Amino acid sequence: MDNAFGQPQNVIVLGATSDIARAITRRLCTARGRRIVLAGRDRTRLDEAAAEARDYGATTVATVVFDALAPDHAGDTVRACLDALGEPVDLVVIAVGELGNQSHDQTDPDRAAEVITVNLTWPAAALSALRAPLIAQGRGRVVVLSSVAALRVRPSAYLYGAAKAGLDQMCLALADTLDGTGVTLQIVRPGFVRSKMTTGLAEPPFTTGVSEVAEVVVRGLESGDRVLYSPPVLRYVFTVMRVLPRRLWRLVADR
Amino acid sequence: MTRATLTGWGRTAPSVAEVLTPTSEDQVSELLATRPALVARGLGRSYGDAAQLGGGVVVDNRGFVEIGPISAAGVVTAGAGVSIDELLAVSLPRGWFVAVTPGTRQVSLGGAVASDVHGKNHHRDGSFAAHVLSMRLVTPRGTRTVSRREDPDLFWATMGGMGLTGIVTTLTLQLLAVGSDQVRVDTDRFNDLDAVMAAMTEGDDAYRYSVAWVDCMTRGTHMGRAILTRAEHADATDRDPSDTALAAPRPARLAVPLTAPRGLLNPLSIRIFNEAWFRSAPRQRRGELQSLSSFFHPLDGVRDWNRLYGPRGFVQYQFCVPTSEGQCVVDAISRLSSSRLPSFLAVLKRFGPADPGPLSFPIPGWTLALDLPVGPPTLGRVLDELDELVVAAGGRVYLAKDARLAPERVRAMYPRLNDFAAVRARVDPEGRLTSDLDRRLNLGGR
Repeated sequence: MDNAFGQPQNVIVLGATSDIARAITRRLCTARGRRIVLAGRDRTRLDEAAAEARDYGATTVATVVFDALAPDHAGDTVRACLDALGEPVDLVVIAVGELGNQSHDQTDPDRAAEVITVNLTWPAAALSALRAPLIAQGRGRVVVLSSVAALRVRPSAYLYGAAKAGLDQMCLALADTLDGTGVTLQIVRPGFVRSKMTTGLAEPPFTTGVSEVAEVVVRGLESGDRVLYSPPVLRYVFTVMRVLPRRLWRLVADR
Repeated sequence: MTRATLTGWGRTAPSVAEVLTPTSEDQVSELLATRPALVARGLGRSYGDAAQLGGGVVVDNRGFVEIGPISAAGVVTAGAGVSIDELLAVSLPRGWFVAVTPGTRQVSLGGAVASDVHGKNHHRDGSFAAHVLSMRLVTPRGTRTVSRREDPDLFWATMGGMGLTGIVTTLTLQLLAVGSDQVRVDTDRFNDLDAVMAAMTEGDDAYRYSVAWVDCMTRGTHMGRAILTRAEHADATDRDPSDTALAAPRPARLAVPLTAPRGLLNPLSIRIFNEAWFRSAPRQRRGELQSLSSFFHPLDGVRDWNRLYGPRGFVQYQFCVPTSEGQCVVDAISRLSSSRLPSFLAVLKRFGPADPGPLSFPIPGWTLALDLPVGPPTLGRVLDELDELVVAAGGRVYLAKDARLAPERVRAMYPRLNDFAAVRARVDPEGRLTSDLDRRLNLGGR
């Protein structure tokens, strides 16, 4: 059960093997995270994440394997997670996503579609599957990993950025539809994060590690703020970025 | 269907439930037979998640509000939804006061049982349970009268049982005869914690009522400076002879109309408040006459004062430790003042003997209660550390105030949890009676 400080005990993490998701899981388990369900694509990496969750204080950890390229099975995945938990869920973290390789993907229709599927279609399907069970329990929280890339889509990662923009906008409106249900949805917009997903890419200003993102999530669960930025200063940086004239934006974004 | 978003008095961790107000025991029975998850709720004065149940049925006890006649011996039977305020309105003009009252009159009698509330006279008169003669209790396994003789295990499990053993519909109470609607108060101011604790240890037994207010924000030599107020009921000779009847408490004349902005109560504003409060008290005063309500229920003068804490709400942390562990109180206050967390109106009190309720909070010793606004990032961790101190001292945290305890600590704090779970299993084998608090802390020992 969620407590006064927004510290959940029963948690489901979708896309649980990413570095950011694992950092969030560690922080949650250090506080009150006890029954945890981790869902991901890779069995071996899921088992690693599960062992880590136990090391950090979880008492019961279950894993569910799923494929984010198959949104038609997202409902089954969500049901499997809820069943594996076996108690009301306090928090669902949706950390499914892939950056893709823009210079290749932009000429490969299948890959282009896949980047959109993983970052937008699957999370949308999963959120639809979560809605009724969460409302039925009269409480529950959802945290969705968006990105500052959603705020102004960069030419060098437009598939990823466009998918995150869709997800971000959808979630903002979805959160409004949950008023009065006891269920809340928050989104996190990290900047550039040092992780497996970004290995080999040049680091822009305001780059952080995954633990900073986890800290923002934990603090955000307590404050209840609907939109969270990591690092928090990006809230102001991107207020400016969104309105930069295009030429100036290109100078910044294409660097 | 009436769905409502409910929180405790601390206004944290809301959940949505269906709220129903049955008016007969049969209707309550029917609900218990047909609904999978239920809990009773009174006036919502427990601070945390005890009287809410996400996705379940919350049974509003305000369907039971009758007050029977008061016998010559001061025994009264009243509905579980009757508030202490409503009871006093009837009983006080006839010379009867409640034997135990918490810091607010706005609690229902059913809620007072579920939390086994205590007052400023615990060291002399015990907690609320000590003055309950019997109750009508609806459980999934039938409706019954429970008392010290009729199913005493269930009677005691219900005292402080957080509403998890059944739904109380009516209860029979022993009231206290008073000759006046005033108390005679002795006030003393102390510059540090050791001095006030020594004075309480030495002198409390001479008074029916005793409580100290402690400033938890001052560091250094004045750490834990305090104002101790102790009182006895005034008698008829103190009264203005032109008054014919004792005056019932008046309703609140002030209210907080809106939720305050985030951060109104911050370390600075609370420090100023504490300073003013401390300085406004006399160094020593004897025999001051105060009305019952200003002595027992000062916060009832302002309706919805919990809104002052802003949109994130607040937690109250109350623990008790055995008499021999007074050092734990010193350590806790020292930990708080050094962490610079804002807290005000810390209340220190000595408890007398415990009652037999397996989940009843008071044990003989010291209790300290702190109001803490949610917001400072270190608060959760500091309270977890205080839990460790309290467990090591053989103490416990008050479940009626709790909104953040870790489930694994409950067993150490309440060693008779298994006795409680056994009673629950007997009267509610399917586990229908539950709450957000129960789900969080696993009070069924599953």
